[in-house]
Amino acid sequence: MRKVYSRIESITGNVITVIADGVRYGELAVVSTRYGESLAEVIRMRHSEVSLQVYAGGRGISTGDEVRFLGHPMRVSFSDNLMGRLFNGSGRPRDNGPALTENLIEIGGPSVNPAKRIIPRNMIRTGIPMIDLFNTLVESQKLPIFSVSGEPYNQLLARIAMQAEVDLIILGGIGLKYDDYLYFRDTLEEGGALSRTVFFVHTASDPIVEALMVPDISLAVAERFGLKGKRVLVLLTDMTNFADAMKEIAITQEQVPSNRGYPGDLYSQLASRYEKAVDFEGAGSITILGVTTMPGDDVTHPVPDNTGYITEGQYYLRNGRIEPFGSLSRLKQQVNDRTRDDHRALMDGMIKLYASYKESLEKKAMGFRMSDWDNKLLRYGETFEREMMDLSVNIPIERALDLGWEILADSFNKEETGLRTELIERFWPKEAAEAST
Amino acid sequence: MVTAKGKVVAINGNMVSVEVDGDISMNEVGYVILGDKRLKSEVIRIRGTQAELQVFEITKGIAVGDDVEFTQELLAVELGPGLLTLVCDGLQNPLPELAERSGFFLERGLYLPSLERERTWHFTPTAKVGDTLTRGEAFGWVPEGIFEHKIMIPFGMYDAYTIASISPEGDYKVTDTVATVTDGNGASYDLTMRFEWPVKRAIDAYVDRLKPEEPMVTKVRLIDTFLPVARGGTYCIPGPFGAGKTVLQQITSRNAEVDIVIVAACGERAGEVVETLREFPELMDPKTGKSLMERTIIICNTSSMPVAAREASVYTAVTLAEYYRQMGLDVLLLADSTSRWAQAMREMSGRLEEIPGEEAFPAYLESVIAGFYERAGVVRLKDGSTGSVSIGGTVSPAGGNFEEPVTQATLKVVGAFHGLSRARSDARKYPAIDPLDSWSKYPGLVDTTATEYAREILFRGNEVDQMMKVVGEEGTALDDYIVYLKGDFLDAVYMQQNAFDPVDASVSTERQRHVFDMLFSLLGAELQFESKDKARTYFYGLRQRFLDYNSAEWDSDEFKRLESEIVSMIDEISSGLEPRAERIVKQRGQDA
Repeated sequence: MRKVYSRIESITGNVITVIADGVRYGELAVVSTRYGESLAEVIRMRHSEVSLQVYAGGRGISTGDEVRFLGHPMRVSFSDNLMGRLFNGSGRPRDNGPALTENLIEIGGPSVNPAKRIIPRNMIRTGIPMIDLFNTLVESQKLPIFSVSGEPYNQLLARIAMQAEVDLIILGGIGLKYDDYLYFRDTLEEGGALSRTVFFVHTASDPIVEALMVPDISLAVAERFGLKGKRVLVLLTDMTNFADAMKEIAITQEQVPSNRGYPGDLYSQLASRYEKAVDFEGAGSITILGVTTMPGDDVTHPVPDNTGYITEGQYYLRNGRIEPFGSLSRLKQQVNDRTRDDHRALMDGMIKLYASYKESLEKKAMGFRMSDWDNKLLRYGETFEREMMDLSVNIPIERALDLGWEILADSFNKEETGLRTELIERFWPKEAAEAST
Repeated sequence: MVTAKGKVVAINGNMVSVEVDGDISMNEVGYVILGDKRLKSEVIRIRGTQAELQVFEITKGIAVGDDVEFTQELLAVELGPGLLTLVCDGLQNPLPELAERSGFFLERGLYLPSLERERTWHFTPTAKVGDTLTRGEAFGWVPEGIFEHKIMIPFGMYDAYTIASISPEGDYKVTDTVATVTDGNGASYDLTMRFEWPVKRAIDAYVDRLKPEEPMVTKVRLIDTFLPVARGGTYCIPGPFGAGKTVLQQITSRNAEVDIVIVAACGERAGEVVETLREFPELMDPKTGKSLMERTIIICNTSSMPVAAREASVYTAVTLAEYYRQMGLDVLLLADSTSRWAQAMREMSGRLEEIPGEEAFPAYLESVIAGFYERAGVVRLKDGSTGSVSIGGTVSPAGGNFEEPVTQATLKVVGAFHGLSRARSDARKYPAIDPLDSWSKYPGLVDTTATEYAREILFRGNEVDQMMKVVGEEGTALDDYIVYLKGDFLDAVYMQQNAFDPVDASVSTERQRHVFDMLFSLLGAELQFESKDKARTYFYGLRQRFLDYNSAEWDSDEFKRLESEIVSMIDEISSGLEPRAERIVKQRGQDA
């Protein structure tokens, strides 16, 4: 039986200190207060003085409360029973199901050996043309959605969760509004995707320390499923809340802040989570799609900035659409040569024309006269936005490519598209071809 | 001296405090004993009997009272034949071998020698019994890939040594004794083909440091012609995310005209290293006809690997570079990214509770960065030959703003600055180096007066462009408009390159000089046009031709045909060089 300590020396924010021995760094303890039990983790040790971060927060803890060390670091149960279940940031059930205790695994494990990584090769179909066609999501990729408060990023994530061609989805909610949490649950339930989803949700009203645990728990579970051959998609929303939780805790611990109050290891902390994305050779894979809201729509804010340096591209969600400019999937080149022969050319061609459309739009706004070419571009741009960019469009990539040609044919002659003749011959819509001749 | 022992008294993140019994030195390596695991650590502060150690591993599970063993050795790397083709972490642990032992994940506390112990090397002695040698002088060599790997007196042996016996030509393992030497006092030492050297000390077993003057050709036109890097020089590539820092370094690591390339992937994405890791063995080095891997060492301590080892990784890399320089070779070290290394220092400094400097970076940031870049250089060795280490480091400034401590500290010490711009990368211009803001202090392939003249046109063209945004094309004088077109043309056909085109992706010195001369005859010319429309149409036509010309194989029929077309197009509208350009050409003629 392990020792129980009944004297708490100090309480600062969420951190308590006890005099104890035989404790190991990173070990977990249970703090029993009159409001219930909470887990706490050893974050600093100095001689016999042990500082613990209390998951449920320091509020209401009495100096006379009991602290019982468990002799192991934070663990989470791993089995197929996780499917369809909901947990909080400490891994306790949020639904009315039973607590899971079998097959406990440690969280925050070691990094994957770079020599064991392979070059990514499979695309993940999402049914969203702005992703599939223009910035293809690739298995083992880590991609954030850069957005601002008020944008439908959670709706987008929910849609991807329902439509993405993966075996398993792990949704990590960090500082999620309760409504959003209910939205996720209901949407996935209606869509029938609940049975292949595991939720780890920290809502905005939960103790801040639990926010820190969500990515680690989600990714530890994802890693195990990945090793068992499952293709796992991890959705994390919102990573800015995660960074803010880190900031809050660092400041209460009197750490020297580096940039706008964030701790100096923000980059390393974010990287150690995002870098869990991997394709295990001969087993499954982990793909991470996170949401990073940009305070003040400022991409140079430390959180989106550090994220951009870590991830393999980013999607910008603005005005309810995935922006074609700025959005980038760095790994798309690995897969989009194997979808269909016209994929790359159409992707570039349509974006170039869309850029010209934007220029014409600007000219129009400044009161310049519109040429025939401008009018064609305007027609094209509007059709493109309506039929392709709208988030409600849900079609497979093959259909999206056909649609691309149809949109082009609707506004332009063959030679105006700037695409290779050989491709035009093969893919130009038949009906339009007849109409234009 | 006996090795000291100690006990852990405090733990904070990856820093442990140890109560020490015995003498220890700064930067000495110690091991925290955790059950059957030994976690490598480095002493970073000593106060009385208490020492602070940074642990190169995850510290989870360490308890107060755990044993610590010190080694008396500073953090060192192993030097000897077999380093080329190595893929290792920041502490020189070979990653493929680690993977064989522990599978997908990096197990902590597992350290393997980086030089294969069982492999034999064909040793040929070059010294004979009775010869007197000092540190860094060779007494034999083994073939390593395409190089003669010299077997030298270890750099840590400061006396003059007389060879008492030396092994005959034959196959030996790195741990076999190949020579026995005696020092002035008669003490005898057995020498093997391997020895160690502390990473944080520059290797200084040379006679002289020389001024870097020879260009190090990267086959990127914008760099070699306008922003050159010298052999033995230093340069930095700062840029916001997505501007193409890593891509530029990857391409440089393939094309650079040096003997050996050392890639230090320091705190960046693992995926990017994997591309190098998997592709290099299959790519052929055009110079040697062998796989690129044979001239490469990859040190990767990617972003999710322990932070302290990240700090060590750039030192490991530069020490290996200096080692090969001692053999008279030209080595290029590419560090990506030095900001992550600086951040690792910041994390440690925070844990040590040092008074923070700007943006919480430690106050010694500048001197540490300077110390690192100063390890580059051309040196004359004891045998009269020269070798060089050139260093190119990327910088990842927060928010893409160059006014931050790491970029500024780096700019103070490097010889060339290749600043990447978001605007250029968004416009899909490769390389995205900003030709207006960047600079270089080294001489390039083409003499500076001519390149400065060309760059001036770019500057003026840019000014005209800015002005046109306000007054419109109508309000711009024809002469100004031509300057703008010239600048735009220079950018489009010379400063930009098509990285996907097999010919245009890497351009030889000869070709750069040749093409630049032709381009100069246009840039320096007085051009006659009737109207702006005519001028624009002309330049667009010429540009198309020039881009085709750039993709044509050097000296091929196609190349010659396009060249004569371009020359006649230039002659058509040129009424000769303007006086200043003519003076430059004359001057160059005289110099040549």
